Amino acid sequence: MNEKAPLIHISKRENMSRGRIWVIRLLAFLTAILLSCLVFLAAGANPVEAYSTMISGALGKKSGIRQVVKVAAPLLGTALALAPCFRMKFWNIGAEGQITIGAMAAAFFAINFGNKWPSAPLLIIMGLASMLMGAVWAAIPAAFKARWKTNETLFTLMLNYIAIGIVGWLQGGPWEGKKGSQVIPNFADAAVLPKVLGVHCGWIIVLLLVVFIYIYMKYTKHGYEIAVLGESENTARYAGMNVMKITVRTACLSGAICGLVGFMVASGANQTLYASVADGVGFTAITVAWLAQLNPFAMVIIAILFGILSKGASSLQTGMGVPASVSDIIKGLLLLCLLGCEFFINYKLNFRGHDGHGETGAATPAAPAGNTAVPAAKSSEEGKEAAK
Amino acid sequence: METTHVVEFRGISKYFGDNAANDNVDLYLDKGVIMSLLGENGSGKTTLMNMLAGIYFPDKGEILINGKPVTIRSPKDAFEHHIGMIHQHFMLVDVFTAAENIVLGLDEAGRLDRRQIADKVRAISEKYGFEIDPNKKVYDMSVSEKQTVEIIKVLYRGADILILDEPTAVLTPQETEKLFRIMRTMKEDGKSIIIITHKLNEVMSISDVVAVLRKGKHIATVRTGETNEAQLTEMMVGRKVELDIDRLDPRDPKPRLTIAGLTCRDNEGVEKLSDVGFIAYGGEILGIAGIAGSGQKELLEAIAGLRRIEKGSIIYTPEGKAPTELVGKSPMEIKDAGVALAFVPEDRLGMGLVGGMGMTGNMMLRSWSKSHKWFIDKKEPRRLAQEVYKFLEVATPDIDYPVRKLSGGNVQKVLVGREIASEPSVLMSAYAVRGLDINTSYIIYNLMAGQKAKGVAVIFVGEDLDVLLQLCDKILVLCGGRVSGIVDARTATKEEIGLLMTSIGGSSTESRAGSESNPDGKEGLKNE
Repeated sequence: MNEKAPLIHISKRENMSRGRIWVIRLLAFLTAILLSCLVFLAAGANPVEAYSTMISGALGKKSGIRQVVKVAAPLLGTALALAPCFRMKFWNIGAEGQITIGAMAAAFFAINFGNKWPSAPLLIIMGLASMLMGAVWAAIPAAFKARWKTNETLFTLMLNYIAIGIVGWLQGGPWEGKKGSQVIPNFADAAVLPKVLGVHCGWIIVLLLVVFIYIYMKYTKHGYEIAVLGESENTARYAGMNVMKITVRTACLSGAICGLVGFMVASGANQTLYASVADGVGFTAITVAWLAQLNPFAMVIIAILFGILSKGASSLQTGMGVPASVSDIIKGLLLLCLLGCEFFINYKLNFRGHDGHGETGAATPAAPAGNTAVPAAKSSEEGKEAAK
Repeated sequence: METTHVVEFRGISKYFGDNAANDNVDLYLDKGVIMSLLGENGSGKTTLMNMLAGIYFPDKGEILINGKPVTIRSPKDAFEHHIGMIHQHFMLVDVFTAAENIVLGLDEAGRLDRRQIADKVRAISEKYGFEIDPNKKVYDMSVSEKQTVEIIKVLYRGADILILDEPTAVLTPQETEKLFRIMRTMKEDGKSIIIITHKLNEVMSISDVVAVLRKGKHIATVRTGETNEAQLTEMMVGRKVELDIDRLDPRDPKPRLTIAGLTCRDNEGVEKLSDVGFIAYGGEILGIAGIAGSGQKELLEAIAGLRRIEKGSIIYTPEGKAPTELVGKSPMEIKDAGVALAFVPEDRLGMGLVGGMGMTGNMMLRSWSKSHKWFIDKKEPRRLAQEVYKFLEVATPDIDYPVRKLSGGNVQKVLVGREIASEPSVLMSAYAVRGLDINTSYIIYNLMAGQKAKGVAVIFVGEDLDVLLQLCDKILVLCGGRVSGIVDARTATKEEIGLLMTSIGGSSTESRAGSESNPDGKEGLKNE
């Protein structure tokens, strides 16, 4: 092989078998786990002990499992909400704001009618109101994008801060409970989501949403429109689709589900409203959605995994004195490894001195390896006459 | 006799994924020789040359320059070996002048001496017969001028080995002749030239030797004088092919689309079509010729309802029905009325197909809105996909295999097949054979001819004038968004069309009048 050949060159690969793809993903997952061991070591804990503490903390007791579900449900709900947007290549990173504003809408009814209305209609109205506000919050950037081609990434991001700001103001102003407390009083019992198996019933809603989103994306006209538009706006227009309508409608759906998640968190988990009600769920859900490659069922698994990580980390803190923020580091490592491994699924590295191609085997025609100079046979014969 | 070759490839292989783009190629080029590198699309011509130019690095084998093995890792390395490549897509900075583009990227010591550069550029131009103003900005240039800048750019860097990747694809016949004259002058000056092409007549007229590639393999290198087009085609395709288009006389042509005064602007407000008028008849193929970007795309988009029309009218007269005005109708309504557009854009998938979906999903683009209120119906599209798959012999592992992963020819078959399956009464197609192998191209041409025989008004935007002259009944020539003439394809010559492509022959309204009164004669040209 040539002396001065580049050390590594990258080439694209296609048609990797499904089995191999999953092996690579599994390896990436293990890599993340191994790298996390280093983090534990750095934090002064025995990795084996740390992992077992995390797992027993999260799954060992009923209360642990409940905690896991409580964390996983909003994550899953939000990831589901984002899926249609991302499929459409509408980069909605405003889930945080849509959750917050949805929670605010729900809180409005909880605070004003909590002691006046019976529970069931109140909860339904709270849910509907939260969906409406979430949808509005997402529709604004979508309409601007569809009409004036504004950048939805920045727009949705900025709306997050506005939503959080509004709730912050309500918390310290009009909706403040005891003067100077900066806290909104707890919702009346009628405005609190009932519990099923020890956790607020949001998790059932979210599981229903999994099925809904799966069918919506795969079998409905809307899902088809979203997929086409995501691939090519020109093709969508060519097929007679109303691009503006689809963009706004999909964003509304996404926002509505985010709003509903806000209602679940405020009414079910927190039983009150505060500015940080979304608590980063809107951003973490982006990770969940991508790790699951927008597949609703895979999102269930990823969301539960994240729930285990975060509950496990708090057991780690109480049990071993390791800061709970290691769970964030582990999440980061997981994301890095799992998304990074996609590169190895799509590309291949060829190292110098290696006959890079021979390894991938069967599909390629057997060719003489390396630099064995093949005598310029046929072409020399025929071409020679052409020489001047 | 043992001479050193200027360039020699020894056992070169390059893989993309599991596909061998080049498979063990042995090939050489001698000094002062013009070599045509002939092969169908996807046969690995450009890949092979990109390895010489330092864009790709070979997976196997070695390249020898003047008998010495070399490593070419970057275009810069290539220049050091006096190799220069003129790519199909120009790589110029629009806001710079010709001279600035030419010296761009050269790190010569001292400050930039514009006068000296201009002098050197002029000297090169005179030597080889280029016509170029060193101080003209690229955005003011025609395609041919841009190409000239690209060629001078590599000559300025001292290239002795020039590679031209399909240089004539964007040129008019006259400009092609000029380029060939220049290439001959360069050859006399001792330069070695490789021209990548798939046009046989050009191969015959310009080159000394022809190297044929097929599916990444070097088939043979022959002297141009000792071969002929039929033999080359056979080498290129691997078997004998029938290169005939059945052109029947139109039977009872009736006006199907009557277009008058059509004017459109693009998003920046630049006029892309001005006052375009013509009639497309049922049972005829109307060819549309013109330099790339003369308004072909805009014209078809305007008819299909995809482009806002500023002025003008498009009257559509379906068989046995009353005429209707298409301007103001939505793309969906126009399509439902029977006006089909099979538009193959440069990137093939950008419009008309969804790359990530299979054939079924793509067939659905036509029928999705008609199915159930909420849910999609995959049955009918699947049946259609099966039909197209069988009828056009689409090479795909499965009808649900993403079309993005199919080869260009198969992608086009999916697109054209779908449009034809909708039984349109107007079929518009742009660049339908772009990137297709010869055999598939002729399948498509004959499909068009078949549609014509069924009484469909076919509008065919094409790049290859030879094909347009063989396939069409009339050819409308666009120049800068205007109709510069409509000629009878049976009697017109390439040169005539070439002239119309670069100059306005007659105003569009008059040529329309001509076509109305005299559908079979030669029109447009003789307008006063």
